[in-house]
Amino acid sequence: MPEKTVIEAVRESMQIEMRRDDSMIILGEDVGNRGGVFLATDGLIDEFGENRVIDTPLAESSICGVALGAAVNGMRPLAEIQFADFVWPAINQLVGEASKVRYGTNGVKTAPMTIRVPYGGGVRGGLYHSQSIEVLFAHTPGLSVVAPATPYDAKGLLATAIRTDDPVIVLEHKRTYRLVKGEVPDGEYTIPIGKAEIKRPGTDMTIITYGLMLHYSLQAAEMAVANGIDVEVLDLRTLRPLDADAIAESASRTGKALIVQEDTPAVSIGSEVSAIIGERCFFDLDAPITRIGPPELPPMPFSPIQEAEFMPSPEKILTAITKLAEI
Amino acid sequence: MVLSRYLDERVWLLNRQGKAAIAASAQGHEATQVACTEATDPTKDHYLIYYRQFTAMLALGTEPEEMLRGFLAKEAEPMSAARQFPLHGAHPRVDLFNFSNVIATQLPQAAGVALADKLKGSDAVTIVFFGDGASSQGDTHEAMNFAGVHKLPVIFFCENNRFAISVPIEKQMGIESLASRAAGYGFPGVQVDGTDVVAVNEATKAAVARARAGDGPTLIEASVERLLPHTTDDDHTRYRTAEDIEQMSQRDPIRIQSDLLIRRGLITEAENEQIHAEAKRRVNVATDTVDAEQYPGIETMFDHLTVEYSEHDENREHRDLLGGDA
Repeated sequence: MPEKTVIEAVRESMQIEMRRDDSMIILGEDVGNRGGVFLATDGLIDEFGENRVIDTPLAESSICGVALGAAVNGMRPLAEIQFADFVWPAINQLVGEASKVRYGTNGVKTAPMTIRVPYGGGVRGGLYHSQSIEVLFAHTPGLSVVAPATPYDAKGLLATAIRTDDPVIVLEHKRTYRLVKGEVPDGEYTIPIGKAEIKRPGTDMTIITYGLMLHYSLQAAEMAVANGIDVEVLDLRTLRPLDADAIAESASRTGKALIVQEDTPAVSIGSEVSAIIGERCFFDLDAPITRIGPPELPPMPFSPIQEAEFMPSPEKILTAITKLAEI
Repeated sequence: MVLSRYLDERVWLLNRQGKAAIAASAQGHEATQVACTEATDPTKDHYLIYYRQFTAMLALGTEPEEMLRGFLAKEAEPMSAARQFPLHGAHPRVDLFNFSNVIATQLPQAAGVALADKLKGSDAVTIVFFGDGASSQGDTHEAMNFAGVHKLPVIFFCENNRFAISVPIEKQMGIESLASRAAGYGFPGVQVDGTDVVAVNEATKAAVARARAGDGPTLIEASVERLLPHTTDDDHTRYRTAEDIEQMSQRDPIRIQSDLLIRRGLITEAENEQIHAEAKRRVNVATDTVDAEQYPGIETMFDHLTVEYSEHDENREHRDLLGGDA
């Protein structure tokens, strides 16, 4: 099977879906001849033309509002937000509007639209090219939120998002775009929304994570083998709806839960995962639920030493693993 | 227009009786809404309305009973099954919709609807309504800019009643005419007297023809009066002078139009009275019917959730508690 990067998988998924469905269009800043700032749409304008790969004015609210209007009039738009840090002007059109279209019209209208949002740090992005913005969307009934971390998952989940008849937010961690390679079949396939996956089976504890932290957690789990600790790593993949069954099954089986995230911990995905484990696994746990994440600061300093201190790392995760294993 | 006025008055009465939780009035806007929609084709055009489009909805074929179900939140309410405020949701027969209460969000959406028609090669026109208050929102600028770039078949129709709740027009914009902003987006802007059905109708017809021909958007600014407070929860005597209120009542479009028709001999006084009597009768029938209807069942609040959310654990539990298989 060919090996591809995350960004190649994303591009391939969009290309396949554009070929499958004439109603699919792409909108965003620099998605045309520039091919997107991360080159996710590189070459798509050559194949599909500027009517289907639309360079928009630099205005996120209208990118998402126009996508929503096109979606309720027979198109299947995919909007690219250049950086997650720039999505705030569009929150009204996404959280306020798109999420409620089906419910608020009693099913007369649906909004089959996908929003791709490159997020996350560790790329020397400073305060405005590093943010993790998942919680706001994941808190919103009516939106689905996926955060694939591997090339295989990125291609399959994006395809599902595009084919879904309701709005789906696709969070792609910028650091994974070229860092992470993996086997990806050439043809089309989909991965269901709402299903987590065990990326590394283990018996002593469960790490629950997503995004870039999946890869750091897998590295830490390998390092822990030397200490005789067998760590299971569960990749959430979808942040709304969370796969509560998979979380509870793994945590109950291993008896210890370590939640690893790059987003600041207060009122976060980790908070919800912790609540699920608390509600469902209380009598199966033999240690307190543990969370590691960055400090409660605006993410994240541009200065390299401070950025490194802010981000969780495989070493920090290993320390948490060792401490939890001793309980 | 006359039916709209009586139905509108009835809704305010129902509010004072404690039966209609909230209402925004179209009183003073009736002529412009009738004249504008008459220039469009409801079999194919798209209408993105806002909360004051009471008359437009009637003119586009909504029955008085359907309107009242919105205000009284009754079971068969057609736009949102009574989940939303009146006039919000999507119409089951005409492509008329209003997703939210949030001002100006409909303008970028209208550009998207029109973009889809342009890509599909359809000659349908999108008409999006908004008030002068919405003209201050960033979404209004973004939508007009996008529509201008792509020469989209969309009509931006502003009903300018000079008040954003209580904030007067001179505190909303530093220009005399909102229509003049269209020049900044590369398409025409026209200002019309919103009490003049002929002027509004002709301006809209020209904009529709321009859009269908692929020549792009038009901004129409119709100057109207808001004869009542912003909503049933507002009191406009707190911010409008007695002279202002008296002056605007001289611009009541129903009186202007019926006087004109009688003066020109197009209808008689007796016919005018007949129109009023029939409208009153129709409103009474609709009120009696809808007042006796049921609210939607609790279990229907779980209908039409998005694909991924409908099987959410919390919802399953709530539905189980209700004991049904909703």
